[in-house]
Amino acid sequence: MKFLLQRIAFYLFTAWAALTINFFIPRMIPGDPVTSLINKFQGQMSTEAINSLYVLFGLDKDASLWGQYVDYWGQVFRGDLGLSFTFFPTPVADILGQSLPWTIALVGITTFASFMIGTSLGVLAGWRRGSWLDGLLPVTTFLSSIPYFWLGLLAITLLAGPGSIFPSSGGYEPGLVPSWNGEFIGSAIQHSLLPAVTILISSVSGWILSMRNMMVTVASEDYITVAHAKGLPERRVMVSYAARNALLPNVSGFALSLGFIVGGTLLVEIVFSYPGIGYNLFQAVGAKDYPLMQGIFLVITLSVLVANLMADIAYLLLDPRTRKEG
Amino acid sequence: MKEPVLEIKDFCVDYGLGDQGVQAVRDVTLTLHRGEVLGLAGESGSGKSTLAYGVTRLLPPPGVISGGSVVYHPPNGDSYDVMALNDAELRAFRWAETSIVFQGAMNSLNPVHKVSTQMLDVIRAHEPGLTPQARTARAQEMLKLVGISADRMDAYPHQLSGGMRQRVMIGMALVLEPQIVIMDEPTTALDVVMQRQILAQLVELRERLGFSVLFITHDLSLLVEFSDRIAIMYGGRIVEEARSADLYKDSLHPYSEGLLKSFPALRGPRRELAGIPGSPPDLRGMPSGCSFHPRCPHAFDRCSAEIPVLGVPSARNDPDRSVACWLPGRVPVG
Repeated sequence: MKFLLQRIAFYLFTAWAALTINFFIPRMIPGDPVTSLINKFQGQMSTEAINSLYVLFGLDKDASLWGQYVDYWGQVFRGDLGLSFTFFPTPVADILGQSLPWTIALVGITTFASFMIGTSLGVLAGWRRGSWLDGLLPVTTFLSSIPYFWLGLLAITLLAGPGSIFPSSGGYEPGLVPSWNGEFIGSAIQHSLLPAVTILISSVSGWILSMRNMMVTVASEDYITVAHAKGLPERRVMVSYAARNALLPNVSGFALSLGFIVGGTLLVEIVFSYPGIGYNLFQAVGAKDYPLMQGIFLVITLSVLVANLMADIAYLLLDPRTRKEG
Repeated sequence: MKEPVLEIKDFCVDYGLGDQGVQAVRDVTLTLHRGEVLGLAGESGSGKSTLAYGVTRLLPPPGVISGGSVVYHPPNGDSYDVMALNDAELRAFRWAETSIVFQGAMNSLNPVHKVSTQMLDVIRAHEPGLTPQARTARAQEMLKLVGISADRMDAYPHQLSGGMRQRVMIGMALVLEPQIVIMDEPTTALDVVMQRQILAQLVELRERLGFSVLFITHDLSLLVEFSDRIAIMYGGRIVEEARSADLYKDSLHPYSEGLLKSFPALRGPRRELAGIPGSPPDLRGMPSGCSFHPRCPHAFDRCSAEIPVLGVPSARNDPDRSVACWLPGRVPVG
């Protein structure tokens, strides 16, 4: 318990540091958002409008840096991440609220599925070393070595197109209004099939490989021989002795990859024009949309931290040796 | 008359197949009798552990059993050859009839499971009819017998000391009351005081539960004290077999003699300590004839030409002794 509290305190400190950096970096970049907004409106703005924009973006020239910093924290706690330029005047929080569920649903489910499939195949391949399952490794490794955007473009070229059941872009049929009805959900699933399958193909081999190698290492441990000598059923030795111990590094890898769900989907969402957070980031970078970028970075940072905390907790639950005696 | 419980006949184990294969155990014939402690001694690489793993069919690849039979005689019921069992029968045979305490006391327990989990799963696998309460009671009773209190059941292996872990392993080996317990250097990783305690306890438990022990070690002094009979292995073969007292006082094979001279006697007249010159043979290029002859102080022409056969030595008319040596008086009669 004490260990857990220590970890939480550590992550809170890290979060503070990340948010502070997030505050300073845009202020160190030459130029400011207001200038770029003025450019966007091609100078057709009154001085009052410009001044009020400065205040709106928290770039009030009269306020001290410390004052701005305090204001920034107040805004973060209120969930107020400022206004986006590209979608002016929509608040960044609203944009994130719209795109985050798409990313989490698509990449979250595929990451989980990839972990489950890869780990199970890895367990089998490691346990029956030298069987045909080992032949799976070069194939999946080859597939994962294909650059993701190329795989995605290839999938679109070959599978999507007129008359195909796979749409090539978007998250749902353009005419539909997002709601919880069968038609919309069906359309969303149909649109997510290609991105999901390509993510799966490119990520599953990592899990297979690491799990298989851990299984091979663990299988030569003395306690596995003991488990065999005890006459336990083969399945129990494989699952509860070998896989249970081999799983530990993979679980922390999984928790960490959860953190990258939010940040690591840039290519997927660009290739498939998927309305997720990665696509937003792409748009924000293109449009120098600082508040949106800042908001997205904030979300990425926090999700990585939460994933790390989850990895720590998972390890604590799975490996008794990491538990400190209280 | 002594009743056999495990008869190993012409047992051979190879590592690898074909030309690259090395023969680690060759034509071993050994009988374990009911209720006795049979010691198996030899240098590293002499094939002691390979024999133990082979007998229980636990050899990791590339180990292959290339010949021989291991006949098990249950206390009641028909004898059968362990080598001929199918997977399900083999699983039922393991631990319930023959359990093993392994070399590495530290790594024999799975670090992520509690002691109780690891003791209970073996009971559940072999006696599925038992209620959970009965299983726990059995496990606790066994742990108490080896000197571990019942509240340690919920401990993880890393919370136990090395000696405690090995006691847990011994308790686990006895939990199904097997007929045979194979001990593969069970105390080598422990300090001498703990060694002695555990072995004394083992002897006491054997009297109470009546199992037989195949005790494998390189420490002959330990065997002289704790075992009934001793078999000496060299280069994959048994070179001498005798009651421990006979072997200690009157060893016939030059190799046994060399082993006995390598540790000091606590009582009796002081004697010169002498090791065995040279090193154990390379299994890939075994010497011709008797594999010990390059290191043997008494070797003569015949030793490098013919492999000596294990048999009752002509000089001692004792059916309980056998030796494989060409020296006069040690060659089998007839």
